[in-house]
Amino acid sequence: MRIRTWIVRIWPLVPILAALLFTIGLLVLFGADPVEVFQAMWQGAFGTQDKTLSVVAFTIPLLLSSLGLLLTFTAGLWNIGIEGQIVMGAVAASWVALFMDATSPVLIAVEVILAMLAGALWAGVAGILKTRGGVHEIFGGLALNSLAIIFTNYLISGPWQPPEGGSFFGTVPFREISQLSRFADSRFAPFSLLVAMVALVMVFVALRGTTWGLKLKALGQNPRSAFLLGVSSERETILAMMFCGALAGLAGAVRVLSWYDNLKQNISGGIGYLALLVVMLAAYRTLWVPLIAFFFSAVLNGAITLQLRTQLHSSLGGILTGVMVLFVLLFGSSKALGIGKSSEDEALEPDTSEIES
Amino acid sequence: MRVEIRDIRKYFGSVKANDGITLTLEEGHIYGVLGENGAGKSTLMKILSGYQPPDSGEILLNGQPHTFDSPLSALKNGVGMLYQDPHDIPPFSIVDNFLLGRDKRLRLNYRAAESELKELSSKYGFALDIQAHVDSLSLGERQQLELVRLLAGGAEVLILDEPTTGISAEQKDVLFNSMRKLAREEGKILLLVSHKLEEVQELCDHAFILRRGKYVGEMEIPCPNEKLVEMMFGQVPPRSERPTFELGDPMLELRDVNISTYRLSVKNLNLSVRAGEIFGLAGLEGSGQRLLIQACAGLVRPESGQIILDGQDITSWSYHKTRAVNVAYVAAGRLEEGLVASLSLTEHVVLAQRETDFFVDWAASGQDAQSRIEHYQIVGRPDSTAEELSGGNQQRLLFGLLWNKLKLILLEHPTRGLDVRSTNYIWNLLYQRRQDGTAIIFISPDLDEIIERSDRIAVFSGGVMSRIVDAKTTSVKEIGHMIGGQL
Amino acid sequence: MNDSELILILASIILQAAPLMIAVCGETITERVGVVNLSLDGTMLMSAMTGFVVSLKTDSVWLGFLAGAAVGALFALIIAFGTIRLRQSQVAVGFVLTLLGDDLSAFLGQNFTHIPGPVVKFMPIPVLKDIPILGPLFFNHDMVVYFAFALVGLTWWWLFRTQPGLHLRGTGERPEAAFARGVNVNRVRYLYTLIGGALVGIAGAAYSLNVKIGWAEGHTRGLGWIALAIVIFGGWSPIRGAFGAILFGATKALATVLQRIFPEVSVVAFNSIPWLLMILVLLIVSSESTERIIAFLPRPLQRPLRHLLRAAPPMALGKIFGGK
Repeated sequence: MRIRTWIVRIWPLVPILAALLFTIGLLVLFGADPVEVFQAMWQGAFGTQDKTLSVVAFTIPLLLSSLGLLLTFTAGLWNIGIEGQIVMGAVAASWVALFMDATSPVLIAVEVILAMLAGALWAGVAGILKTRGGVHEIFGGLALNSLAIIFTNYLISGPWQPPEGGSFFGTVPFREISQLSRFADSRFAPFSLLVAMVALVMVFVALRGTTWGLKLKALGQNPRSAFLLGVSSERETILAMMFCGALAGLAGAVRVLSWYDNLKQNISGGIGYLALLVVMLAAYRTLWVPLIAFFFSAVLNGAITLQLRTQLHSSLGGILTGVMVLFVLLFGSSKALGIGKSSEDEALEPDTSEIES
Repeated sequence: MRVEIRDIRKYFGSVKANDGITLTLEEGHIYGVLGENGAGKSTLMKILSGYQPPDSGEILLNGQPHTFDSPLSALKNGVGMLYQDPHDIPPFSIVDNFLLGRDKRLRLNYRAAESELKELSSKYGFALDIQAHVDSLSLGERQQLELVRLLAGGAEVLILDEPTTGISAEQKDVLFNSMRKLAREEGKILLLVSHKLEEVQELCDHAFILRRGKYVGEMEIPCPNEKLVEMMFGQVPPRSERPTFELGDPMLELRDVNISTYRLSVKNLNLSVRAGEIFGLAGLEGSGQRLLIQACAGLVRPESGQIILDGQDITSWSYHKTRAVNVAYVAAGRLEEGLVASLSLTEHVVLAQRETDFFVDWAASGQDAQSRIEHYQIVGRPDSTAEELSGGNQQRLLFGLLWNKLKLILLEHPTRGLDVRSTNYIWNLLYQRRQDGTAIIFISPDLDEIIERSDRIAVFSGGVMSRIVDAKTTSVKEIGHMIGGQL
Repeated sequence: MNDSELILILASIILQAAPLMIAVCGETITERVGVVNLSLDGTMLMSAMTGFVVSLKTDSVWLGFLAGAAVGALFALIIAFGTIRLRQSQVAVGFVLTLLGDDLSAFLGQNFTHIPGPVVKFMPIPVLKDIPILGPLFFNHDMVVYFAFALVGLTWWWLFRTQPGLHLRGTGERPEAAFARGVNVNRVRYLYTLIGGALVGIAGAAYSLNVKIGWAEGHTRGLGWIALAIVIFGGWSPIRGAFGAILFGATKALATVLQRIFPEVSVVAFNSIPWLLMILVLLIVSSESTERIIAFLPRPLQRPLRHLLRAAPPMALGKIFGGK
């Protein structure tokens, strides 16, 4: 009995370790020395102050997107379209950065607001397709992701093409005044961290202490009951999508205004999909999200350095995080495996009510 | 065939659903299995039909012990069960449904199946349209289809779980006649699971009575009802007194309302329900009564006509707008339509409030929940989740969430699956509501409930609403015939 | 454009659509039994990579297909185990596998990008290929195309004309009833999820061995999602699904043709056509408005149109079966 409680207690570590083992196995298969690889990744993530700041800078849009997804997940929505919402935010911010004339604070304020609006609108389209058209948000979102990326490609190869000629790489760098001011010479903008912290607090309060958060929860668990209890499913669905989209748009703005300095072809770089993994690994708990976002960011930044140094493909970072989420999802609860309380008990509830429908 | 059930036990956690039950069944008899809800009838029958294994005890067929590991193995040994909600597959065609699990051959032989189906259904007096799909059938027809399937599968023992709930008087007669034929002419054993004494008296020749998971006795039928009731309940429960009430002015009026969905259209609904009146709607499921309720609740939009609530035209208002003018709708499935399984009682209280603040005051809401728990006698705490409550307590919670001073309450199956005590409690709550001038419209498949609780009654059949009858002067028989279409 | 050119284009559409048809068939089987395998995009990338690498190393396309099928079945096994035994969300497990398949295929295939490899042999069917129009369209191809068409027919027959097919559909519609009829619900779900996954794997391999030969990071990216959408458009019927796959191929071909006719329009405008079409098609299949529009039409038209355009998913799709 004592051993059993022990196993149950340390169980959450098992899938994490298993994911590490899986990755090590993969490295051995490719003839790489795992110790060397993890050292290289550590160096890549935290080797210098600049690299550490890069990890922080990369965390911020990831965190913003994850926070948005907490809202949509609570409402029972799979907002896969977040990737496109980030892109549209980046496009809107770029538009202001390229073409508006104003002082720096005004520019940045307009960039941020328009980016949030653009993300929210793009998310709203997916929301309306779901509520009005019955199109599942996964498919609506995917199509909108592709359309957003195609739109970006159109802009950077067409109207926003740099004057020196056709390239698919990006627009001209933005003026200094339209970018977020960065710490030292890094890609980290302190202002973006402040924004992310404010967003964290807001999402936390919204989910814990407001009627709106409760409505989203009800909607996510049982849309029909929620509707009958007075929750407007259409309104809350679209609102949750749009709030998430706004945060994603903000993430997009941070990408173009501090991580890069122009609009590029692959502006989001899969941050939206990554954010879905972050929230899943956090098991939808708000306070775990920043930690996991930071961890993911470190792994992925480390993996980029790894590729530069050892020629091993940088997708190793994605594999490590992905396998970790998969294993936690599958084996995270000792209950599901029958080590803790048996899940069979729940399956055979007393059926004395004699209702079956 | 002779069936012996010996010392069957089945526990669910601390609940003793079956606690050592022993019965013997002889060929050619129709047995009634009587008991209150939760007496263990359904569990015992599921064990006998192979749907659940017992914890201990054995089943003997012709003296030989048998263990059934699935409903199919039970049927192969001659035991088949017809569930209240038939185990068929609604999107399938009737023939597909009949064929599923019939044999091991790879290719489906539709022609043979169709002729077998036709032959069996005409033999037992069922009129089944072979070309139809299961989801277009009435509950009674789905039962007939299922019976035919079980008989074709070789059932010698047939268990029928509350088969008369939700079917018409004609369908009931057809069913009972075929049951008699099966027992008398073919020597089959039939088990009628029911809590309706009249049916047991009408059909059966022997009755077993269960109470709280235990066998309490058996009786030759016919016998005095009081005897059976005493065995079922331990003591005869007082019949709930219905307080008389002076009705007020018309609260709800329907004028030439037409509703149509692509499945069913309901034409020319004209109805006036007065403040404080309880109006019962009977009919087979899917006959249009639910559409009426949902149109009043703003859940379906009428094609034409007017719905007037207390002088205000609320035709085509949305559900939420209708709700705001004090119309409440309580659906049949509690955890599907009404409560959110994983939310606590307090959270439900906050959600259901008439006016919600942006920020939640959890302390005050918890106290609010506590006071409702006390007032509605809910067994639970403010932080219990809805799924932790029993069915009766879930229904109490649903009523606890209703606003005060409602104008109209629309109910679907308000006491489905509840025991006598909870049923009486729920109805007393509703009677109290009449003091506020609330009009109540409800649907129930239980004709006794309809007649006992309503002031006036209307019956739906195939989308047509009958004349309105007075509950005091009508009978189950009259309503049953109206359900069958004799409006 | 003359007639023979048109036939050539149509034949190439069919060639290109074949892997998609196979994937749609596989996923249709999986969803019909009540399981959503959302990992298609990742599965196809993995199997495209594996299929190519294995056939390169062994110099046998057949072993390549076999390896692709094995990878597809493995991914499906993870879905089945995670959702049937461990009772996790099908969408969550499927989505993680989608991303993981993408990254894993990039990593494992990193040394095999942009190199030539074996190709499925061109195999026109004698006599039949000489039938005017139909011959060049359907019988002037390779085994992948013939397999795709045979598979569609076989799947339809299996689903709608056999006892095991009845078990399959019954399990996806109402598992508790299927259980009562003696169907081992979970075993059937495992079986067909695996078969469906293996077919998706074959589809991935078919892509890298037959349509867009070779391997590169993200080689089939997006195709899996399109296949998932086509399953919905196909109303969970293999034949309607195959039609959807060909229609999708046709719009892509149409885009190429249009681009030749209107060179001044940016290429991106044409790239967006499949995605706009995806939204439009799902709207038609799922939206309530379609029902309302159909209701306006003359009665004799209503039934066939509804049959053609509308679709309801299997009732128990994505739901966990509580019993044994």
